[in-house]
Amino acid sequence: MAAFAPARGLSRVFDSDLWWSFTRSPVVVVSAVVALTMILSALLAPWIAPHDPFNLATLDLLDAFTPPVWLEEGNWRFLLGTDDQGRDVLSTIMHGARISLFVGFASVLFSMTLGISLGLIAGYLGGTTDAVLMRIADIQLTFPSILVALLIDGLVRAMLPRELHDQIALWVVIFAIGISNWVQFARTVRGSTLVEKNKEYVMAARVIGLSPVRIMVSHVLPNVMGPVLVIATLNLGFAILAEATLSFLGVGVPPTQPSLGTLIRIGNDFLFSGEWWITLFPGITLAVMVLSVNLLGDWLRDALNPKLR
Amino acid sequence: MRVHLLAAAAAAALLGSIAHADARTVRWAASGDPNTMDPHSQNLGTVTMVLQQIYDALIMRDRNLGLQPGLATSWRQVEPTRWRFELRRGVRFHNGNDFNADDVVFSIQRALAPTSNYGIFVDTVAEVVKVDDHTVEIVTKIPDPILPNKFASVYIMDKEWSEANNVRQPQNTRAREETHTVRNTNGTGAYRLSIREPDVRTVLVRNDDWWGWKEPGNDGNVTEIIYRPITSDATRIAALLSGEVDFVLDPPLQDLERLRRAPGVTVLEGPEVRTIFFAMDVKRDELLYSNVKGKNPFKDLRVRQALYHAIDIEAIRSRVMRGNAIVTGTLFPPQVNGYSKEQDVRLPFNADRARALLAEAGYPQGFEVTLDCPNNRYINDEAICQAVAAMWTRVGVTTRLNAMPLANFFPKIQREDTSIYLLGWGVPTLDALYSIQSLLASKDGEPGNGIWNYGNYSNPRMDELTRIIKNEGDPEKRTAAIHEAMRIYREDVPHIPLHHQMIPWAMRSTVSIPHMANNQPYWRWAKVN
Repeated sequence: MAAFAPARGLSRVFDSDLWWSFTRSPVVVVSAVVALTMILSALLAPWIAPHDPFNLATLDLLDAFTPPVWLEEGNWRFLLGTDDQGRDVLSTIMHGARISLFVGFASVLFSMTLGISLGLIAGYLGGTTDAVLMRIADIQLTFPSILVALLIDGLVRAMLPRELHDQIALWVVIFAIGISNWVQFARTVRGSTLVEKNKEYVMAARVIGLSPVRIMVSHVLPNVMGPVLVIATLNLGFAILAEATLSFLGVGVPPTQPSLGTLIRIGNDFLFSGEWWITLFPGITLAVMVLSVNLLGDWLRDALNPKLR
Repeated sequence: MRVHLLAAAAAAALLGSIAHADARTVRWAASGDPNTMDPHSQNLGTVTMVLQQIYDALIMRDRNLGLQPGLATSWRQVEPTRWRFELRRGVRFHNGNDFNADDVVFSIQRALAPTSNYGIFVDTVAEVVKVDDHTVEIVTKIPDPILPNKFASVYIMDKEWSEANNVRQPQNTRAREETHTVRNTNGTGAYRLSIREPDVRTVLVRNDDWWGWKEPGNDGNVTEIIYRPITSDATRIAALLSGEVDFVLDPPLQDLERLRRAPGVTVLEGPEVRTIFFAMDVKRDELLYSNVKGKNPFKDLRVRQALYHAIDIEAIRSRVMRGNAIVTGTLFPPQVNGYSKEQDVRLPFNADRARALLAEAGYPQGFEVTLDCPNNRYINDEAICQAVAAMWTRVGVTTRLNAMPLANFFPKIQREDTSIYLLGWGVPTLDALYSIQSLLASKDGEPGNGIWNYGNYSNPRMDELTRIIKNEGDPEKRTAAIHEAMRIYREDVPHIPLHHQMIPWAMRSTVSIPHMANNQPYWRWAKVN
C-alpha cells in the first residue's frame, strides 16, 4: 500500500484490484445490488412508499389484516397486506428499514470512531495507557455485546423519565450498540499501530517534530484503515441485528418509530392466528439485509487480504 | 404432566409443608403482574385476582356472584343505620393468630384510611363497634342497603401482624411507597403466599386449615398455584399450547379460533361486568398534554361530542376485538342493577359531524393531545388506543399515544397526570352506585366519592343524584335516580364509552373452573386432573 499518498493510493486500489475482484464474483455483485436497493428504498421511503404508515389520518381500521395481494381477499392497494391497524406492510418495512439502517450505520460510526481513537492512543503511546485501555477492552470482551447493549439501555431507561426517554431512545440504542462494539476496532487498530509506529516514515515524521496527534491521524491512521473498513462492514450486519434484537425484546427504539425488529415483534403476536405476513415480510427483509451486508464484508476482507490474492 | 406432579410433590415434601397424597399444581398466566400484595392499596382486578385467594372478606361471593357467609356467619340490619355481623369462630390467620372482632375493626378502619383505594366499599361507615370477640356492629352515616355487597370486597387483615410490621396504613402507591405488605401477606384464606417475586412469579400453597374447606361447594383440589405474568400474547399462548401453563386468564382474541381447535385446550367464554371508556380532564384550565394553551378544549361539550362522533365503534368491535365485545353507550353492562336499555345509546359514528363540532368549538384546525393507555390491563387495550388515536387524528385531533404497563399507568392517572386516558371499570357490587359514585361524583372528600374520577368531572345534579342513590330505600325511586344519572351521563359526555368486555378464559382440558363474570378465577373451586 502506498504510504504517503493515501487518497491517491486508495483510489488506485479501487480502480484496479478491488474492482476486478468485485466484478469477478456474481454473489458479491448480487449482494451489492440488493444492499444498494434496500438502502435506496429505505432512504427514499417517504417519497416512494405506497402509503405513509405513520400518518394516522390516512389509516383505516377496516383495512386491518388484509392479506398479501396474491391471496384471497388480497388487495392491490396493499401488496404485502396490512397489519392489525390497517397499515401497509410494505410501507412499514420501507420506513422500518430506514430506522434499522440508520441505527446500524450510526452505531458502527460511533464504535469505529471510539475504537480507532482508543486503538491509536494505546498503540502509539504504549506503556501504562496501553495496558489500562486493553485491560478494559479485555473485560468488555468477556461480556456478550448484546448483554452490554441491554445493560446500557436498561440503565438509561431506569434513570430517565419516560417521556424524555422516548425522545432520545433512538440515540440511546445507537450509543448502547456502539459502545458494545468498540473493542474489535481498538484491538485491530492498536495491532496495526504497533507495527507501523516503528517504520521509517513514522520515525521521519517524528524527527521533523510533528505532534503525536498529527502523526497518528495523518500518517498512521491511513495505513490501518483497510482492516478497519472490513470490520466496519461486518459490524454493520451485527449492529442491525443487535438493534432488531433489542427492539424485538421491547427495549429498543420506541414503537412510534418502529424498526424492523419492532415490526417483527408486533407481528409475532399474530403468528398463531394465521396472519403470518405481518411478521414474515419484515423478517425476510431483515435476513436479506444482514446477509447481503455480511457477504459484502466477507468479500472485502478477502479482497483486502494480500495473502489471499 | 406427571413429571410436574412428581416435582411438585417432591418440592412440597422438601419444603416441609404437608405432603399431599396427590399434590395438584396449577400454573397460570395473564399479561400483567399485581403491583402490590397490600389488600387495601390497589382496587384492581390484577391485584385482587391473587389477593382473593389469600384474604377472606366478611361476606364472600358464590359462583353466581351472589353473597354467602365468609368470615361472618350471619349479618342483619338491626336498625336502618346499624348492621350487626356475627363472626366465624375458630378461624386462624396463616401465621397462626386467632381471628376476632379486633381484626375486623382494624381492617375496616384501614380501608377507610386516606391511602386506601378501597374507600368506595366503606364510604358510608361512621363507626365500627366491637360488641364482643365474635360480634361487630357497623354504624353507617346513612341507611346503606347495599353494605353487604360492598363488604364482599373488603379483605380482613390481622391486627397484631399489621401492627408488628408497621403496616397500619395501606401502602401509598402514588408516593411509590414500599411497605411490608407489598410483598407479604397474612390472610385467613384458602391459599397462603409462599413465594412473591414481582414480575416473575407468585406462588400460593393450599391452606389446609382454611375454614371453608368444610363448607359445601368449596371442592377444589388445587394444592399449589403458580402465577406467572407473560406480557407477550404469542408467548402466553405458546406456553398454554405447549403445556407450560395450564390456564390463561386473558388469551389474545386473535388466537381464540386456533385455541378452540387445539386438542387438549378448552376455551370458556362469557361477558364480563366491565366497561371500557375514555375519560378526559375536564377541570384544569389548561391541559397538561396538549398544544392548546390558555384553555382546556375538553371543557367544551362540543369537543367531547366530536371525539365521540369520531369513533367508528363497529370497526373496533369487528377488527380490534374480533367480535368479542358488546358495544355500549352507557357506563355499566346489563348485569348491573340500574341498567336501562333506553340510556344505552351511542352518539353515532359520523366523522363529518365531528369535524363540524370541532370547528364550531373554535378548533377548525383541530389540536394535539396525548392519550394515556395501559398496554397489559384490558383486552387489546393498546390496540384500541392505537385505533382510536388514528380515528381522532383523522378528524383533526392529532393524538399521540402513550401506552405503558399498568404498573406505570395507574400511578400516573392516579396523580391526575393525564389529559385523556383509557379505563375499564368493573362493578364488583353489581350495583350502579359503585360506578356512579367512583367515576362521576365530585371529589368532595367523602370516602368513595369520585375516587376514580381522575378527569374531575363535576355536576351538582350528579352529586345530588349520587346522594339519593346512596340513601334511598325505595327501590323504584332509587332506580329512577340511577336512570336520570345515566341520562345526564349521556348529555354531559364526561366519558366516551366503548364497549363491555367479553372475557374468554383458555385452559388445558385437565383444568375445570367456573367462569366468573368478574374475571376472577376462584381456585378454591377449581379441579385439576
